[in-house]
Amino acid sequence: MYTYDTYDQAIVDARVAEFRDQVERRLSGALSEDQFKPLRLMNGLYLQLHAYMLRVAVPYGTLDSRQMRMLGHIARKYDRGYGHFTTRQNIQYNWIKLAEAPDILADLATVEMHAIQTSGNCIRNISSDQFAGAAADEVTDPRPWAELIRQWSTFHPEFSYLPRKFKIAVIASDTDRAAMRLHDIGIQLIERSGEIGAKIYVGGGMGRTPMIAPEIRDFVPAADILSYLEACLRVYNRHGRRDNIYKARIKILVHDLGAEDYARQVAEEHLAVKALGIDPPAAELERIAAMFAAPAFDADGPAFDADGNVTLDRSDPDFALWLDQNVTPHKAAGYAVVSISLKPVGGIPGDASADQIDLMADLAERYSFDELRVTHAQNIVLPHVRQSDLHAVWTALNDAGLGDANIDLISDIIACPGLDYCSLANARSIPVAQKIATRFAGRERELGELKLKISGCINACGHHHAGHIGILGVDKKGVENYQLLLGGSGAEDVSLAKITGPGFSEDGIVDAVEKVTDLYLTRREGEERFLDTYRRLGMEPFKEAIYG
Amino acid sequence: MGDLLHNRDDAPLEEPAVTLDAFLGGQDDATAVRLEAGDDARALIAHIDRLKLIEIAFPSFRDGRGYSAARILREAGYDGELRAQGDVLVDQIPFMRRCGFDSFAPEAPVDEAVLAASLARYENVYQPAADAAVPVWKLRHG
Repeated sequence: MYTYDTYDQAIVDARVAEFRDQVERRLSGALSEDQFKPLRLMNGLYLQLHAYMLRVAVPYGTLDSRQMRMLGHIARKYDRGYGHFTTRQNIQYNWIKLAEAPDILADLATVEMHAIQTSGNCIRNISSDQFAGAAADEVTDPRPWAELIRQWSTFHPEFSYLPRKFKIAVIASDTDRAAMRLHDIGIQLIERSGEIGAKIYVGGGMGRTPMIAPEIRDFVPAADILSYLEACLRVYNRHGRRDNIYKARIKILVHDLGAEDYARQVAEEHLAVKALGIDPPAAELERIAAMFAAPAFDADGPAFDADGNVTLDRSDPDFALWLDQNVTPHKAAGYAVVSISLKPVGGIPGDASADQIDLMADLAERYSFDELRVTHAQNIVLPHVRQSDLHAVWTALNDAGLGDANIDLISDIIACPGLDYCSLANARSIPVAQKIATRFAGRERELGELKLKISGCINACGHHHAGHIGILGVDKKGVENYQLLLGGSGAEDVSLAKITGPGFSEDGIVDAVEKVTDLYLTRREGEERFLDTYRRLGMEPFKEAIYG
Repeated sequence: MGDLLHNRDDAPLEEPAVTLDAFLGGQDDATAVRLEAGDDARALIAHIDRLKLIEIAFPSFRDGRGYSAARILREAGYDGELRAQGDVLVDQIPFMRRCGFDSFAPEAPVDEAVLAASLARYENVYQPAADAAVPVWKLRHG
């Protein structure tokens, strides 16, 4: 875990004071809402349908128990007793009073947290692999690079008024658990001749014009990464479109220029900025990386079998189910990665109560070397759990209503807040998620891995383009209408979902989902996932099943 | 107030600035040029030794192209007056200063006390830019 030094702390403390001053100017009337808006947006404070919403940054989704408890404290003291974990690995609170926002930031600063750049047309929270540091397939822990980039991008004087928001993801495995190529910049750390460097993808994104980022550069060494990003951003800041908000993301620039021409411009710019000496010395990445050193994994004690696995008692069928669905292998023998589902059937995807947040913090402290992760699928991970502790962890989770065994199943739905909260939404997302989860309750495992994602408007915060099944809510002459999409993926087999045809009512969309999954069950071959069957068969038979 | 909006030893240049097109199209004896937000600052680099004022337009506070233009000119060695003109908000001036602007002509009046406080607020920065501020990684490693 990264720990602030006096510089980091001073910067965050200064931000609290600055925002307190800005809020006071707003409350006194010295600032109009128009003037205040860009200031509050730089601090993650949105004006929603019913109240202010505050989005708190969880850099690369990593938290310790002290920070997690603070999130619970804020939910309890300033909100209605719960928080909402987001697809950007952040948390947001939906019922915030403007006058209290500075106090929340001050509370966050006591545990090295903030809301800096969680909104606005700037570089947003850096996202990463929720299994970083625990995954067997990573070439290195991506988080030191993410932290280096976080610091570089914080209050970047040149890139705080970009044409649009800007999202960067860093991963270090061939398996993509962070939808890396659907980011403005996706970075995959790779090893070449013993050196770790970055493969750079630029110009991915969802929204109304979804695009998969093309590769721009095959290898950027650590010594050049910040100057290279500076060049990527400068070309965008200078040439990205500003005449049309819907064409202002970097994906449009890269698409219009062509990846090759964009890459050439970046290379030229990089020659100029590299010479300025703006890259930190290797010692800075080393300083950060030292704080992410692996915990003292200690596999002695319980007996392990030849594969390094504890022989667990699977006699409780519910526990066995949870082991199969929510527990994944760890790089250290005797340990496992636990994914906690925030997707109970009938619940709001990504919501957790203050008590649940506290409980997850307690479990992290006791069983996971004090670490938690937020996932882009709106779940929580305990990254380093001893296999011999799994039953105790599961029992505690179950008692708190957090024991759902549905990770990556059809009820593990990503959904945006939708029209229940969001002023941009055209349709509600949460009730559709609840109805689908309820319809398939008890049958999820039969359908296997099936990623279903729901957005309540074309901005695609619910990642519907990347869903094996995607649902997009639109407004059709004043009535909520839901379009069905099939075949998307945000993983290493990245693809964009395609729309099936005319949309449906709220109940009709649930029926349509059942029709396509029924077809899958009759046509699947071998171990095929829904996505594989769709890719093999193509859209036609699914269309026939829905509309025929 | 004059100091906060003009942190140079010389007085603001009063000479009317010519457009980039006019400058490149023949009026190259001018010593003051105005760049619109979409103009290519690099087109001026060959001439920066002769220029005393470059004014960069901010048609809207949301239009951040001028921040890059300013850095490009400073990185190329321009040391004359670099003025931000237009929809320049008080809370933006610290970032503009970091990008190399040393003169400001906001369309709407700027609150002096607010500007003074915001310029003094951050002691440290995370990244080098066109000003003298030393990034924390340098302070950490010498």
